[in-house]
Amino acid sequence: MKNKFLPFLIVTTSIIFILRLFWVQIININDVKLSNKNSVEKIYNYPERGYIFDRNNKLLVENEPFYDLMIVPSKLKSIDTIEFCKILKIDKKLFIDKIKKAKNYSRIKPSVFLSQISKKDYAILQEKLWKYEGFSVTKKSNRNYLLNSASNILGYISEVNDYEIKDDSYYESGELIGRQGIEKAYEEKLRGVKGVSYFQKDNFNRITGRYKDGIYDTIFKPAKDINLTIDVDLQIYGDSLMINKFGSIIAIEPESGEILSLINAPNFDPNLLIGRNRSKNYIKLKNDTIGKPLFDRGLQGQYPPGSTFKLINGLIALEENIITSNTKISCNEGHYYSKNRFMRCHCEPGTSNDLNKAIYNSCNTYFATIYKNTLNKYSSSKEGMNNWKNHVESFGLGNYLGYDHPLGRPGLIPDAKYYDKWYPNNRWRAATTISNGIGQGEILTTPIQLANITAIIANRGWYKTPHLVKKISNDSINSKFLDKKHTSIKSVHYEKIINGMFDVIEKGTAQNSKIKGIEIAGKTGTAENFIKINGKRSQLTDHSIFIGFAPKENPKIAIAVFIENGYWGTRWAAPIASLMMEKYLKKEVKRKYLENYILNGNLMEEYLKPYTKNNFSINE
Amino acid sequence: MSEVNIKKIDWLSVFILSILIALGLGNIFSSSQIYLLDSVFSFNPFTKQLFFAIISVFIFFFVQILSINFFLKYSSILYILSILSLIGLFVFGNEVNGALAWYKINGFSIQPSEFAKPITALALAKYLSDINSNIKTIKTQFYSFLIILIPITLIILQPDPGTIIIFLSFILVFYKIGLPSIYMNLFVGFIILFFATILLTPKNVILFIIASMIIFLFLNKKNKKVVKKTFIYGLIFSVFVFSVDFIFNNIFEERHRNRFNIVMGIKQDNQGIGYNTNQSRIAFASGGLTGEGFLKGSQTRGNFVPEQHTDYIFSTVGEEWGFLGASFIILLYTFLMLRITKRAELQRNLFSKIYSYSAVTIIFSHFFINIGMVIGLVPTIGIPLPFLSYGGSSLMAFVLLFSIYIKLDSERTSKW
Repeated sequence: MKNKFLPFLIVTTSIIFILRLFWVQIININDVKLSNKNSVEKIYNYPERGYIFDRNNKLLVENEPFYDLMIVPSKLKSIDTIEFCKILKIDKKLFIDKIKKAKNYSRIKPSVFLSQISKKDYAILQEKLWKYEGFSVTKKSNRNYLLNSASNILGYISEVNDYEIKDDSYYESGELIGRQGIEKAYEEKLRGVKGVSYFQKDNFNRITGRYKDGIYDTIFKPAKDINLTIDVDLQIYGDSLMINKFGSIIAIEPESGEILSLINAPNFDPNLLIGRNRSKNYIKLKNDTIGKPLFDRGLQGQYPPGSTFKLINGLIALEENIITSNTKISCNEGHYYSKNRFMRCHCEPGTSNDLNKAIYNSCNTYFATIYKNTLNKYSSSKEGMNNWKNHVESFGLGNYLGYDHPLGRPGLIPDAKYYDKWYPNNRWRAATTISNGIGQGEILTTPIQLANITAIIANRGWYKTPHLVKKISNDSINSKFLDKKHTSIKSVHYEKIINGMFDVIEKGTAQNSKIKGIEIAGKTGTAENFIKINGKRSQLTDHSIFIGFAPKENPKIAIAVFIENGYWGTRWAAPIASLMMEKYLKKEVKRKYLENYILNGNLMEEYLKPYTKNNFSINE
Repeated sequence: MSEVNIKKIDWLSVFILSILIALGLGNIFSSSQIYLLDSVFSFNPFTKQLFFAIISVFIFFFVQILSINFFLKYSSILYILSILSLIGLFVFGNEVNGALAWYKINGFSIQPSEFAKPITALALAKYLSDINSNIKTIKTQFYSFLIILIPITLIILQPDPGTIIIFLSFILVFYKIGLPSIYMNLFVGFIILFFATILLTPKNVILFIIASMIIFLFLNKKNKKVVKKTFIYGLIFSVFVFSVDFIFNNIFEERHRNRFNIVMGIKQDNQGIGYNTNQSRIAFASGGLTGEGFLKGSQTRGNFVPEQHTDYIFSTVGEEWGFLGASFIILLYTFLMLRITKRAELQRNLFSKIYSYSAVTIIFSHFFINIGMVIGLVPTIGIPLPFLSYGGSSLMAFVLLFSIYIKLDSERTSKW
């Protein structure tokens, strides 16, 4: 063994080395990416970010170039400092400081001398730049939002953070990413795909030429422009109606599911969230705890739907054959729904309501009773409850709707399990959950879900998932927005409900919202409003709600309006919805008295009540 | 002075050596482009190495005209001079990269530990070929180890860990000429257990030792001698495992631990201590099968691999000449080492035989550690690649080592 020992060692070692080389040089080279190679400089060519238009091709978002003046200290020659400072509007001290800073960073690598130079200053500088060796200008681009509206829809862009860089290999530090709204939801379409050129570098970071004659270089793929479904005129009109009110207006074109307007109040100027002051402004918006402008009430606010939900219970009762349109239920300022339990109603004593009347008078007794009967149709309240829930869920409630905006909440539709948790051992019955019958109780919906319900009723039983993007240039929108989704209720039942809704405007709770020449169907709602103040549960003025669509036949617009602390649905929500309809359908609002009433309406005092007064009265 | 027997010189080995030196010069030229920017004629790694290569030619022929008796006669004196030059470092030496290993004379640096390698080989050959020496006796073992331990001790004080390992590799020569296998078993066992202890936990390694002992005892239960031996080995290895654990965690400094951890994949660190290893990986990967071509290696040209013209020269080979070029160089070394080994076997003269074994061992240990380190199989230990790396002392010392072997080999068949 000793004789063969040295040759054995030598040959084994060589074989292992060659195998290792084979692994390192031939097999496992992907491990070592080109980007890790610090002898190669990657320079990206970015496509211009896509423009955003409204449904009528009005430009909402474009790109605005800005210029950074770069400096390479080692290339500096003596220059006319006074003239230079004058062009840039800086003093000599700042000039000297900046040069010192740049030198401290690196003598041979470029660094920013002055950032975000305006177009005007750049125009002057550009002509004389040749005189100032060592200085150069890089062009960058930022978003420019042309209208002070729809900030909640559009969202904004900002530099990627570390998590995003880790999650998505596309992004590199310093690049921009859609942070909210359409900018986020359609990030990949709007940004395109950047191209890359490789350059050879030495270890002083000096570029010495193209890397391998550019065989790895790629050309960028252009970004895509987007048309929103939003009608920006309607959106801005809605903004004006919401001045001094908090809440949301959501309008949908029922036939297509296209969102015509998505108004969140209070709103803010989208240009606040671009440029150098972005983070400062963001904190300011974030710290507005009363108005909460960053909180999109239309998409994120979960509220009890109030009386608007009676329509759903009516439809379910019709489908389950609990009632026909002729079924009459009497109401004596309310009714006992179980022993010693009374639910109040505003109907006069001795009123007898059929479905139609029950809708336009918004009778609590009627809908509480049919809700209870719907559940009790089944042998156990558990079964009844789950059956009811299945119906309700077919309206897109109790879950995320699936629209193309990053924000949203599921709302809540309770089922048997939910009550089992609160009342174990079958201690609950239909009557325990009676508030669901009139849209109070445990049910929570978001305003966009309410708008979608309205579209469903307008369509007599189906909907297309609401969405914000109508067209993408050279591309198609997500096909899920084209599918019809049907509810579990037969189409015929909708007509009965719609008749009642029509009478809500004609002779019911929302007579103030009639528009000459347009048949409107709607339903008011008033939702109780509880908040916690200093840990104590207290009640504030009810939320004002209205849902409706017009025209009654071949509906073109379905609207849900939600006004925080607005009290009756009739008071704010219904007139606002009717003004929106008029604006959209007739392009011009003739009912100036109503418009002025809304424009001048101010609820700020109401919102400040819990913050300023110790004892305050509500529902005034 | 004796007659030079031109016909009996191993010209093939000389030819291979010349190729290696020429390739080394080429890669030093490529990797020191950054220095050539100013002027080709200024002192830069390439011109310096070229100068030393020319001197090396003279060294080679000078050695060939010496008589073999010169080496026999003067090896002890050379050894003492060499030791003195190592001691002298502590008075006249200059510190470079934290090691007190250099004499600086008129802008040239000389590293005496490089020359100590061939000279120690001569001294060992002289001592072990003596008629009174027998490596199987404790006395000879003691003196043999003493001959290598004196320079090791002096180099520990510099300190230069790479060179220490080279001197330790003389144990392979001892083994080759008859050192009892227990030393070798322990030596190999220690190396394996050292890495096992770091990779696994000491507890697991001990369990493994006990398990193998039980299996071994079961297989040889009738042989009482084996039973006793097994227990002794088991005990020694267990103690070793615990002391390794202790040394690694308590005596090693963080930077030492990191070097081991990075190579064994326990830790990843591409910016700090792992930077070299990673940059060198990138260089190899970008070389691919056929390489980027002479003077075209992007990592090499950018000078990204630190020490790329000295210890990391092989990474520039990998990048510019690719897998084929790098494998070719490995094969050249392999052929050269096998050829020297084979011709050493044929030596009837014990002095020449032992010297030749020593020469192979020295070249092999450099080859093993240097290339192993550059391709990421061995922890970062700074020693040059024979004949290729930049460095005058190293090149001249290796040529000296090689020239003496050629001289001894050329007189293999003559009586003396």
